[in-house]
Amino acid sequence: MPEATTGDAYLKIENLWKAFGEFLALSDVSLDIEEGEFVCFLGPSGCGKTTLLRAIAGLDLQTKGSVHQAGKDVSNLPPFERDFGIVFQSYALFPNLTIEKNIAFGLENAGRTKPEIAARVTELLDLVGLEEQRKKYPAQLSGGQQQRIALARAIATNPGLLLLDEPLSALDAKVRVHLRHEIKELQRKLRVTTVMVTHDQEEALSMADRIVVINNGRVEQIGTPTEIYRHPSTLFVAGFIGDMNKFDGIVDGPEGITCGQMRLQCEQHAVPKGNRAVMAVRPEDVVPHGGDHDASGASGQVETQGNTLNVEVTEMEFLGSYWRCRLASASLGTGELIANFSMNAVRRLDLSEGKRMMVELPKSRVMVFDAAGV
Amino acid sequence: MPTGPVIKGKLSRDDILMRAGMIVIALYLIVTLVMPLSVMFSKSLSTYRFDLSAFEFQVSDEAGTFDGTVLTGLELNEATGAYKPRDLNTNADGRLGVTGFFPDFSFRSPVEYQIRSIAEDGRYLVGSTLHTGSDWQQLDSNTFRRVSLRPTKSRGISNFVEYFSTPALSNSIKNSLWIAAVSTVITVGLAFWFAYALNRSCMRFKGAFRLIAMMPILVPSLLPGIALVYLFGNQGMLKELLFGASIYGPIGIIIGSVFFTFPHAFIIISTALAISDARLYEAATSLRASRWRTFWTVTIPAARYGLISAAFVVFNLVITDFGLPKVIGGQFNVLAVDIYKQVIGQQNFEMGAVVSVVLVIPAILAFAIDRMVQSKQVSSLSARSVPFQPKPDKKMDRIFLTYCTFVGIFIVGILAVCQFAALVKFWPYDLSLSLKNYQFNRMDGGGWEAYYNSIKLGLLTAVVGTAVVFFGAYLVEKSKGFKTGRAIFQGFAMLPMAIPGMVLGLAYIFFFNNPDNPLNVIYGTMVILVVSTVTHFYTVSHLTAVTALKQMDGEFESVAASLKQPTMKLFARVTVPVCLPAILDISIYLFVNAMTTVSAVVFLYSTDTALASIAVLNMDDAGDIAPAAAMGMMIFYTNAFARIVHLIASKGILGRTQAWRTR
Repeated sequence: MPEATTGDAYLKIENLWKAFGEFLALSDVSLDIEEGEFVCFLGPSGCGKTTLLRAIAGLDLQTKGSVHQAGKDVSNLPPFERDFGIVFQSYALFPNLTIEKNIAFGLENAGRTKPEIAARVTELLDLVGLEEQRKKYPAQLSGGQQQRIALARAIATNPGLLLLDEPLSALDAKVRVHLRHEIKELQRKLRVTTVMVTHDQEEALSMADRIVVINNGRVEQIGTPTEIYRHPSTLFVAGFIGDMNKFDGIVDGPEGITCGQMRLQCEQHAVPKGNRAVMAVRPEDVVPHGGDHDASGASGQVETQGNTLNVEVTEMEFLGSYWRCRLASASLGTGELIANFSMNAVRRLDLSEGKRMMVELPKSRVMVFDAAGV
Repeated sequence: MPTGPVIKGKLSRDDILMRAGMIVIALYLIVTLVMPLSVMFSKSLSTYRFDLSAFEFQVSDEAGTFDGTVLTGLELNEATGAYKPRDLNTNADGRLGVTGFFPDFSFRSPVEYQIRSIAEDGRYLVGSTLHTGSDWQQLDSNTFRRVSLRPTKSRGISNFVEYFSTPALSNSIKNSLWIAAVSTVITVGLAFWFAYALNRSCMRFKGAFRLIAMMPILVPSLLPGIALVYLFGNQGMLKELLFGASIYGPIGIIIGSVFFTFPHAFIIISTALAISDARLYEAATSLRASRWRTFWTVTIPAARYGLISAAFVVFNLVITDFGLPKVIGGQFNVLAVDIYKQVIGQQNFEMGAVVSVVLVIPAILAFAIDRMVQSKQVSSLSARSVPFQPKPDKKMDRIFLTYCTFVGIFIVGILAVCQFAALVKFWPYDLSLSLKNYQFNRMDGGGWEAYYNSIKLGLLTAVVGTAVVFFGAYLVEKSKGFKTGRAIFQGFAMLPMAIPGMVLGLAYIFFFNNPDNPLNVIYGTMVILVVSTVTHFYTVSHLTAVTALKQMDGEFESVAASLKQPTMKLFARVTVPVCLPAILDISIYLFVNAMTTVSAVVFLYSTDTALASIAVLNMDDAGDIAPAAAMGMMIFYTNAFARIVHLIASKGILGRTQAWRTR
């Protein structure tokens, strides 16, 4: 086997393709994962993220392309000869074995003595905080506990790579949030390189060091959670992660776009002048401007300057920590602008349905995407 | 996608092991199923005909000098008209005398004859010595009397032509279809209302009725025939009820078929009715649909796949059954018995093969439709369905109880009659009770030895069969890749259900009784009985195993591989323990069927390996009907006992190994 050490990355995926008949589940996927990193594969269901994970594990081989792990070409190796631990969505705990026997399963026939195995099992049960449950069967545990047992079993043998296939999606919301944190802690403590597949953007944003956004079998963007959120590189990423207002427009310069009758300033973009494009801004980036509602109520005429526009509040929805407001603006065209306003802002501006107000779309928060990329 | 080679996965040791295991079991199915069947099929196309033009004859004068003309057999036959063209069709054992070609032949005459073969495959016998070749054999007339020609073999459909042009044979097709159709309608009707009563009413004694409904499965199909002989036969207790009609014939076959197919239909329909969704009934009630309308718009559509499936299963069971029509069919010929008659009675193996091919066609059709229907039924199941809870209804419950009681009396009655017959000294003249009918060693049929052989066969089949079937199902369900291989394996595993037992048995004769076959050594031993029984009942066992395996998490194997643990460890530690209930079900199914089966083994037993079910058949054939009934009831009690042991064992093992099932 050629001992090809390609770069420094712990896991190196190069030009991976996977075809199911005519259907391409993965198209030319390449990415590097550093040692100790926590990476999330994020995308809508059926986008190929699980396929990619299974290719890394060797459970379903890719059609073309290579996978290197720790400098070793593992492209065509069966799972048995690779170095990873895995947690499935169903956990796949052995129902007829007790918790401790489930964890010990992978520790057997590897030259360990019985006391060594027992000690390791205790250590792992302590780690996931389920020491008292060791004699129970999986069906006697709650979903969250089962999930932790599955995790303990996966890391029992100290694998170099931990793979998590939607590990939290079978749990209810509260437990999920709690376990997110716990898994992340555990990963930090063990410093094990981890790849997690999820369709839940919140999960990915809160846990990952880096996120790989996948759509239609292609990598859309790779970056840290803030990069992905703040600077989505494609319209898909912009729409998939977080909420986003989108308006059709025509580019009129490297830092400008016209939507409806509004000319908006924006961050520098690469779409050529005159092209059709999509302007996007997040609801929480819409800045409410105080005092203007009196003026608008009086004259109906307010000077718009910069990215400020005159809107009418058509609907307000109370979501606990903030209000979600639907704003109609004649100048932005047909679309409707959604904005998240804090409780304070609503109180300060005395907003209610039917009121007119001024909002600003800050230049640094206005994004422009090529419409052809939709 | 770029061009270039597709990544070929390296096989792990486990992959190789699993594929090798699958190939071994596939080979088992090829050797015990595919090859025998193909030999049988080719046998049905083998034709034997006396080729008269292959032989030349010459007659000497009284001094023994050969100076007359040399004539072929064909010319001689044309001159004398000794044989009609039909007479020249024969089977592998055919022999044709030649003296008929010489009208003035006398074995005392001093005239001598000589004969030779002028074709390569022209063979003839002088006495028992086979001759070929073109050297003249000179024979005196007394020896010439003992010359017989042997047929030449060729391939063609003339066996089928003969079959269909012989009304005595081809009438059986009509008879078989008719019997099967009528029995199907009656059984499915009876079983539907029985299952309906058990699932949809609040009548009492449901548990007892459920038990009674399953009883016929525990006896050979020919046992109801014996009971019917006692009830309605020439000296029957209730003969008058038939108003002069004879029980020997279609009536007997249909009543007996209803008896032995009832549990099969009942299980399927009961399952279909059990999964019905209460929400639909609530909707119907809220829409004020009448009871009758609800029945036709909710109940029947929900159970329709069950009904269709039950119909085809019953049809298949009846048309392929051999024991019952053999016992009570009288002069009414059906296909399965025809095979037996052709093979055992007339030694005409080719015609037996032809009838087998004819019988396989409706059996395969019924099987295929049943499979299609069943695959649809699964998809109609919804996890959100709410189980239907029947409400008490005094009048309806009483009607259902009465109905079920009648059906129950029919089933228990048949068995009671058999038991009574077995204990009566000499029906109908001496009704005192005795155990003399249990002295099997005094009768033909194998005696008690046959009974013990049956138990041996049952146990061996249960152990070997369960191991082979479950392991095979595991390999085909859980191995990765190798798609074609797995598809072929699945096909092989489904095939036995479509092959009637008689056909399988006959195919085994052709295949294993061939001296050139190295597996010939198992012929006439217990081994071939075990092999044929395992193969005959492979499909249902396989499906049970597959169903259980499908309920296992599909990622167990992936987890084991990621933990660097061999698949076989997972199999032993997790798969087998979790599937233990299914494994026990398979083994009891195989045991009970091995005890009751007649059809496949009737061609394969030898004097050392006579079986209880065959003994019933043979004793009945020999007129020892009471001992036959006694032996039949021995099978019943043994199976009932095995069932109870199975139940206790299941409970015990489940209690110990399945603690995880309880929360």
